[in-house]
Amino acid sequence: MLEIKNLHVDLEDEEKSILKGVDLTVEAGKVHAIMGPNGSGKSTLSYVLSGRDGYEVTQGSATLDGVDLLALEPEERAAEGLFLAFQYPVEIPGVGNMTFLRTAVNAQRKARGQDEMSAADFLKEVREKAKTLKIDADMLKRPVNVGFSGGEKKRNEILQMAMLAPKMCILDETDSGLDVDAMKLVAEGVNALRDEGRGFLVITHYQRLLDHIRPDVVHIMSEGRIIKSGGPELALEVEKNGYENLKAEVA
Amino acid sequence: MALDDTKHSATEARLASMVVPDVGCTSEARQEALARLRSMGLPHRRDEYWKFTRPDTLVQPEPPQAALFDDGEAPVFDSFDRLKIVFVDGMFDPELSDDLTLEGVVIDRLEDVCCSTEHWAEDFYGTLEAAGQVPVDRPLAALNTAYAGDGVTIRVTGRPSKPINLIYTHEATASDVFLHHVVRVEEGACATILENGPAAARFNNCMEVDVADGGTLHVVRAQGRDHERRAVTNLFARLGRESVFKCFTLTANGVLTRNECVVTLTGDDAVAHVAGAAMGDGDFHQDDTVFITHDAERCESRQVFKKVLSNGAVGVFQGKILVKPGAQKTDGYQISQSMLLDGDSEFLVKPELEIYADDVACSHGSTSGAIDEDALYYLRARGLPKDIATDLLTLAFVAEAVEEIEDDALREEINGQLATWLDWRKG
Repeated sequence: MLEIKNLHVDLEDEEKSILKGVDLTVEAGKVHAIMGPNGSGKSTLSYVLSGRDGYEVTQGSATLDGVDLLALEPEERAAEGLFLAFQYPVEIPGVGNMTFLRTAVNAQRKARGQDEMSAADFLKEVREKAKTLKIDADMLKRPVNVGFSGGEKKRNEILQMAMLAPKMCILDETDSGLDVDAMKLVAEGVNALRDEGRGFLVITHYQRLLDHIRPDVVHIMSEGRIIKSGGPELALEVEKNGYENLKAEVA
Repeated sequence: MALDDTKHSATEARLASMVVPDVGCTSEARQEALARLRSMGLPHRRDEYWKFTRPDTLVQPEPPQAALFDDGEAPVFDSFDRLKIVFVDGMFDPELSDDLTLEGVVIDRLEDVCCSTEHWAEDFYGTLEAAGQVPVDRPLAALNTAYAGDGVTIRVTGRPSKPINLIYTHEATASDVFLHHVVRVEEGACATILENGPAAARFNNCMEVDVADGGTLHVVRAQGRDHERRAVTNLFARLGRESVFKCFTLTANGVLTRNECVVTLTGDDAVAHVAGAAMGDGDFHQDDTVFITHDAERCESRQVFKKVLSNGAVGVFQGKILVKPGAQKTDGYQISQSMLLDGDSEFLVKPELEIYADDVACSHGSTSGAIDEDALYYLRARGLPKDIATDLLTLAFVAEAVEEIEDDALREEINGQLATWLDWRKG
């Protein structure tokens, strides 16, 4: 599904190399996790895949079901079924959460040549999904992420993911800033979306999120490369011994 | 101080071909306005309040031509149940207008004031304009008082069931129009006035508003996107005790717009909100010049102005809060912000506070910035095409100003108009 080959990325303004040859394949139906220390390039990978400005791909490729993601605008990538749950969801004063969600859903449907969703159908679906994520009517009415707590912001990301039903979901440190209960809630939201046709790439510092979202494959990223891949036990090893040991072992 | 030669000759050149209308009981006010104008002279770009907006085309004797503009859209407020008063190139059109009778309000044409021997508006015509000349000269308003050819007087005595809509249409490419309206809201009365339309190639509009104790007046104006028209509006309001005056103006395109608003809070506990949203694309210059004087206790004033500018458009905001001695517990707020969609556009700002009372809360702020790139990326990552995302952020940006419109239906109408105009911008 998601295929990343030898991806090299520089920061546009600083000529600083961040990703130095990432190879990664996420199959449909699988959950892959990327762990790694600060500054290893995990978030950069998510930004580059979703199309954020400021990065220059110098080598390599990234495709989603054969479509060259790197040639597309961010909105086209979204319409192809790529979704990034942000580490820091952006506050947008003046834009109602509901308006935003509906505009997003319909923009994607339109891009795929589907009819827009009727207001009634949309409302029904949002309410159902919001309920399972414990998002109340007030949060839906408020401007996007404005005045939301850390947990509310992350739940709001998962609600968007549920409404947009992407085929490839990237979660960038979705556990950061969450207490245990909030993390469980978010993980349940994610697990509910696990599906044979859908791939997940979960980026995290800590193993604890992976207790709730069980990965099929764990990758360790360091200094812009994936230095080791393995099963869920790899995450436990990191938790126990830290990244430095692992880096030494690989080197 | 004697007028310098340049100003004197520019003023006389402008007045040479003009004739003060034969006007019965307003003639004294008109002659006084003419004398005021001659002593201050027409604006020059060296004048303190004209540094950001070149007055040349407003001062020159002949108006620059303005091609007629028809976008085929239904005019703003068209779907509203309202009393229509239509002026075509500055002439009242009885055919297009509704019957001027409405319960709770008495509407007359300015010429009725001029012809009758005794009319309530006689004492008001030119009075607030004259008072508003201190401490800042407003020569184009004096010019208006002297030469206005038409207009209405509106006396609100109750709560009229629908808004009064002044509609200004434009049919001649070189029309030069002066309209002058006098509005008096009696104690406890309440009304809404709507204004829209380009009016002329060059339009000078003056509205004097006197709101008595406990009265309320809402004014919502839409200055459409006729690209070539020039307009100056002069709004003077005097507020009595516990009265409310709220004015919102939407401006989209137009080569030159200057909206001056002078409000004096003379009674305790009065409230004045003046707000505006402007969207300019290309050859666009829009100027809000606001002066609010607090001359009573516990009054509240808000100035909220937002401008979205692209392709070299220019926005100007000159806003002042003056708190006079004794105007304790004043609550004054002023914000002016621009969103510059490219590097060619400009926002020129002069926020001013002048406070002579010691127990007041006044805040002001002004910002100028590009569109929020993080927000744009976030929206696009959710599948919104760049232009739709930009529009959504544009509407969100001006929302704080639009929120100042109290009436839900009118606010929706203005939001709808904004959305339509944004669509149009995309071609």
